[in-house]
Amino acid sequence: MTGETALKIQQLTKDYGPVRAVDHISFTIEGGSIMGLLGPNGAGKSTTINMILGILRPTEGTIEIFGKSMVSHRAAISCNVNFAAVYAHMPLNLTVRQNLRIFGLLYGVKRLHERIDELLAQFDLVKFASTKAGLLSSGELSRLSLAKAVINSPRLLLLDEPTASLDPSVAEIVRETIKDYVTQTGTAVLWTSHNMREIEAVCDHVLFLSHGSILLEGNPRALPSEYGKGDLEELFIAVAREPLSLREE
Amino acid sequence: MGLTRAFAVFLRQVFLFKSNPTRLTSLFLWLIIDIVQWGFISKYLGSIGQSTFGLITAILGAIVLWGFVVRIQQGIMTSFLEDVWSQNFVNFFASPLTIVEYLSGLVITSIVTSLAGFIMVVIIAGVAFGYNVFTVGLMLIPFMAILLIFAMAMGIFISGVIFRLGPSAEWLGWPIPLVLSIFSCVFYPVTTLPTALQVIARLIPASYVFESLRHLISARAISPGLGSHLLLGALLALVYLAIAYMFFIRVYRRNLENGTIARFSAEAW
Repeated sequence: MTGETALKIQQLTKDYGPVRAVDHISFTIEGGSIMGLLGPNGAGKSTTINMILGILRPTEGTIEIFGKSMVSHRAAISCNVNFAAVYAHMPLNLTVRQNLRIFGLLYGVKRLHERIDELLAQFDLVKFASTKAGLLSSGELSRLSLAKAVINSPRLLLLDEPTASLDPSVAEIVRETIKDYVTQTGTAVLWTSHNMREIEAVCDHVLFLSHGSILLEGNPRALPSEYGKGDLEELFIAVAREPLSLREE
Repeated sequence: MGLTRAFAVFLRQVFLFKSNPTRLTSLFLWLIIDIVQWGFISKYLGSIGQSTFGLITAILGAIVLWGFVVRIQQGIMTSFLEDVWSQNFVNFFASPLTIVEYLSGLVITSIVTSLAGFIMVVIIAGVAFGYNVFTVGLMLIPFMAILLIFAMAMGIFISGVIFRLGPSAEWLGWPIPLVLSIFSCVFYPVTTLPTALQVIARLIPASYVFESLRHLISARAISPGLGSHLLLGALLALVYLAIAYMFFIRVYRRNLENGTIARFSAEAW
């Protein structure tokens, strides 16, 4: 870890009318660390990520990225942040290289052509450079999303189920690529996934969300035994099915 | 404002045109049909009448200039729709791209594509019907400037409506130019309309341009009141542009509030 606070969330809350999707959550992520954001469907993970990205306005609470408020410094902060999410499609009617060029320009990347060549090699996309994104397999498309996610060498990277559609072999390569990237650059990562083995392998710290609140947090390798569960998957199932009993513990 | 980011939005559209040449038909086909059809109609009407009024000049001038308005409005709208169809808003609006830069990119795209269409119809009108759009001289500059601002306002406003009501609202966007052409008095003087509709026509900046165009063609001279007439049209167009921009910003902020940007797709409505 670099010791720099990349992301500081305080009392973050989001209401959709009468429905509270995220309920006063607070946490910080330091540079060089990978935090897992876990929880069943509808727990508030994507809502939290969208608020951090600045595409959803919080009802209450603050988001500080590198010490600056996301609400008042969005454009400046966004240059140092990036993301990949299963629901955020890359334009399918552009080629791989065209996509990277567009997003490189949007993020103000210097020496863009060289950077694109680097990313094509790093994410094994060289042979698809002139292929339209719509013709790629889901695994290739995920690699393109990840290449876009690191094109600006972000200091904060948000990954919403980055390996969801990948086969185990490719998922392993992607995990290793991101871990290496974090080690080399000191980037802070917020990672959501429903693959608990992946979370154990990758994350330094995890937060369990349930009904918009943080239910549990800690080291993903130590947390299951603290709650009398065999592994993280068992703990996840307990969070999803009996959140109240865990809250009492 | 970051020009590079506005350029990125423009470049995305250029890549789309390059990758699929059939998209170019939307730029040119309707303009060609209009100019050819109206060229023959006005030629025929000119042959049966005794009027000294330059019928071909008036009608083809109106067609060329109104075609420019339609292409600008629809250019902005279709570029916006490309992002709707490809569900690209999350990627775009989570980047450092600002709304001003995004709209500037859409406007630049529409201006470039519309100018390409404009040049082509000017050539066809000249070669096939002997019409020279430059017969109105330097007045072409204020005419096109007013029409450009008004068309930008329409394009941004309609994009805002789609952003607010969802992708299916694109069907409101296509007939808008036809409706406005009635009140813009593209082919007839404002006084042709019933009195109540004349009030509406006076609120449409394009009506000042087409009235001036007809006056210029029939009088073959610039009348003293033409300047103030066009100034009023220009001011109206600027007011509409400001309103359209504020409307789009308001919709964007509302969508930030309710989460629509993150899930803006045809399937979600």
